[in-house]
Amino acid sequence: MYGSIAYLGYGLAAIGPGIGVGLIFAAYINGVARQPEARGMLQTIAFTGMAITEALAILGLVFAFVFQGTNPN
Amino acid sequence: MSPTVVSASWLPAAVATAEGGEGGFQTPGVANFWWPVVPFDGTGPWVLTRPALVLLISVGLLAWFYLGATRKLSVVPTKSQFLVEGSYNFVRNTIGRDIIGSKDFLQFVPLLMTLFTLILVNNVFGIVPFIQFPTMSRLGIPLVLTVIVYITYHTVAIRRKHGVLPYFKSLVPPGLPGWLKPILFALEFLTYFVIRPLTLALRLFGNMLAGHLMLLVFILGGEYLLLHGDNLFLNASGVLSFVFSIAMTFFELLIEFLQAFIFTLLAALYISDAVSEHH
Repeated sequence: MYGSIAYLGYGLAAIGPGIGVGLIFAAYINGVARQPEARGMLQTIAFTGMAITEALAILGLVFAFVFQGTNPN
Repeated sequence: MSPTVVSASWLPAAVATAEGGEGGFQTPGVANFWWPVVPFDGTGPWVLTRPALVLLISVGLLAWFYLGATRKLSVVPTKSQFLVEGSYNFVRNTIGRDIIGSKDFLQFVPLLMTLFTLILVNNVFGIVPFIQFPTMSRLGIPLVLTVIVYITYHTVAIRRKHGVLPYFKSLVPPGLPGWLKPILFALEFLTYFVIRPLTLALRLFGNMLAGHLMLLVFILGGEYLLLHGDNLFLNASGVLSFVFSIAMTFFELLIEFLQAFIFTLLAALYISDAVSEHH
């Protein structure tokens, strides 16, 4: 049995952005609940923040494919 | 993902993996995204691939729909006119005006509208039956869109700041201690010229690739479990895998819309950074 440990690394690398995206949307929901009229403005900020945080996970995904290594068998 | 190896057998990769039964289940991989349709000279890189074909279809479809729907405009909108106005309003107001600012957003609305509709249609093609290929899962296509955005926001910024040197100077906020300036300049330069375009292209590409790969795993795995599974438990989990793949398809629809939105949103955000006087 063989495989690429890069995928394992990607799984670990996805933890951070996962927590980050969760925090961003938790804050967004909090904000909208407290002040529903600010929804439009907060939505843009939340999605922008999500996009920036998510970029780390996306880079991890790409690097997992790039640095797969070679099959020794 | 070596194109020459896969294209040597003219079978599309997904069919090959699904039918390569002797060696057991072969997990779908990046090779499944290489689909040559018309080879021009046999083995080289110059082939008409399936994403290119889907892209052409989407452009034709968009042109046909938008030209046809805007030809006869009426005060009481028809269904298609309602769709056109809705999508245009969404891009113009939610993305364009709210982010770039009401002063000079209007000149960028055509670009944003094109980006949004093109990406949306191409993404949704990923789950439309018989087309079922997310065009943006080939890196080259989002890369071209990103290059367009990249050139646009740098050109706008250089014009607004009257030259390349003032533009570079404006990357560093004023009122910093002298020793901090080079470090911050390096960081900002890297952000504006490398990280922003790279993540813009890779985000769309990665989301589409990962989403489609996930659907492939569920559907091909479900097929294998159902038809080649040894016992009833495996067959039952194959059915479960199919059910889950349907749920994942709807989830994909959400992601596809969201990614088209985010790409356009970020393009607008970079442009708004460029048009703003202070930075």
